[in-house]
Amino acid sequence: MNMQPDAAAAADRSLVIRNLTKEYRAGQPVLKGISVTIEGRGVTAIIGPSGTGKSTLIRCINRLVDPTAGEILFQGSDLAKLSGVELRQARRRIGMVFQEYNLVERLSVIENLLCGRLGYVPWWRTLTRRFPDEDVAHAFELLDAVGLGDFATRRADALSGGQRQRVGIARAIMQNPDVILADEPTSSLDPKTSVEIMEILDRLAGERGIPVVVNIHNVDLAKRFASRIIGMARGTIAFDGPPDALTEAHLIDIYGGEGWLE
Amino acid sequence: MSSPNSLPAGPAGKEVRRWTRFTPAERVGRSLVYLAAVIAIIWSVKTIEVIPEFLYDAPAQTLDLFARMWPFDWAFWPKVVDGLIETLHTATLGTILSIILAVPIALLAARNITRSVALNSIAHVLLVSSRSVNSLIWALLFVAIFGPGALAGTLAIAFRSIGFVGKLLAEAIEEAQKGPIEALTAAGAPPFAILTKGYWPQVEPSFWSVALFRWDINVRESAVLGLVGAGGIGVALDAAINNLYWDQAGLVLATIFAVIVATEIVTSSIRSRIIQ
Repeated sequence: MNMQPDAAAAADRSLVIRNLTKEYRAGQPVLKGISVTIEGRGVTAIIGPSGTGKSTLIRCINRLVDPTAGEILFQGSDLAKLSGVELRQARRRIGMVFQEYNLVERLSVIENLLCGRLGYVPWWRTLTRRFPDEDVAHAFELLDAVGLGDFATRRADALSGGQRQRVGIARAIMQNPDVILADEPTSSLDPKTSVEIMEILDRLAGERGIPVVVNIHNVDLAKRFASRIIGMARGTIAFDGPPDALTEAHLIDIYGGEGWLE
Repeated sequence: MSSPNSLPAGPAGKEVRRWTRFTPAERVGRSLVYLAAVIAIIWSVKTIEVIPEFLYDAPAQTLDLFARMWPFDWAFWPKVVDGLIETLHTATLGTILSIILAVPIALLAARNITRSVALNSIAHVLLVSSRSVNSLIWALLFVAIFGPGALAGTLAIAFRSIGFVGKLLAEAIEEAQKGPIEALTAAGAPPFAILTKGYWPQVEPSFWSVALFRWDINVRESAVLGLVGAGGIGVALDAAINNLYWDQAGLVLATIFAVIVATEIVTSSIRSRIIQ
């Protein structure tokens, strides 16, 4: 839980993925030997058509999906091989933001944020809602930072989509993570709210030097916020580079067809 | 109900498309089912052996019974109240005990919590056995073991309710949304915290609803347990009927009716308040 200086942490916060393969059915790989290194800074956007394995890739990193083969090196251990307590401790260092927000609807906003601390606080204290004072203080600070300071005691199901996703981002930051994974964080939101959500994610992670890996459908949003774009197609990486290097030819290769580009 | 709907004939050369709800084979099958139902009804009426003499004077007998119940024998009231209190205690303690026993079984039965088909099956067998035995049979069993009284009644209520509470609770747990569970898992929450912070908030409304509903049912069931010696207001009813004191029996029946109406009002008002 010790906070390292950003510069020193950068090295610690990188992800090295080697030959990652995932088959939901034997012989039909969704991910075909992905190898990529994600440096411990900035926003990396993964774009690509639906069903190409973007979500599977991100979920393999924190093991919501178990990879079939390959390595995911993070802070000196191979995430692909962890289990039990070791896996839970590694997951504490990896925040996640979901497309459908995945808040606990019937809990208050503040308690949803504190859910980000469940990996650190002993369960008998969470049972009686006796979270450490510094966690509660941090939660209130983050609520202010995402503009929901007045909503602490509202129930999550009373919020709008954009507000819920802000809570989702704040919950991920509550973990004090060394990397944030975001799986289509804006796909359920309108265009204006999508930009606001990406701004908040970018700002909060940037201030703390936390690298963000984000799956995103919207190529313009990806170009606007990411310092690096990874284009996935057919279970492999079809493009990897800065936003400026992403050409129409690349997009045609990634998504197929070209009528949609007009 | 299954007439073929034919569209008006289209332009020349175009095939007329027809639609019927059932295929001919399905229609024959449905007719057979209707026939079987009629045969079953006739057969059952023959089996119950209606005795005409008793049937003819049934209205007179009923009126006579009610006449003998009224006016109530209010001297019997103290015993009725004692029995009533015992009945309510039996129902309440039995419900609490059944919940304590049903929660672990429900967790074992829920396939999204316990990922072992063998354990799921064992839990389901336990739930089904609890439900398949009527509470009067459970009561006979416990009266034989613990002797007559409210203890046997409480245990009978509890064991009969495990299946009901456990089954509905397991279903509620299985219906919980996966998203929040995934989020807590991704945050590194230990299994117990996932249960209390991920599942419990989602299951809570069903839990209270099931608990209240079962308590409501248990008040009714524990009212008759006295007939087999398992305590409560049923003991008073049994004594009154055995002695042919219909004015006492009438008082007990009216009291039971009033209590059931009262519990219905109480549970539905609590339900609408706490379940959101």
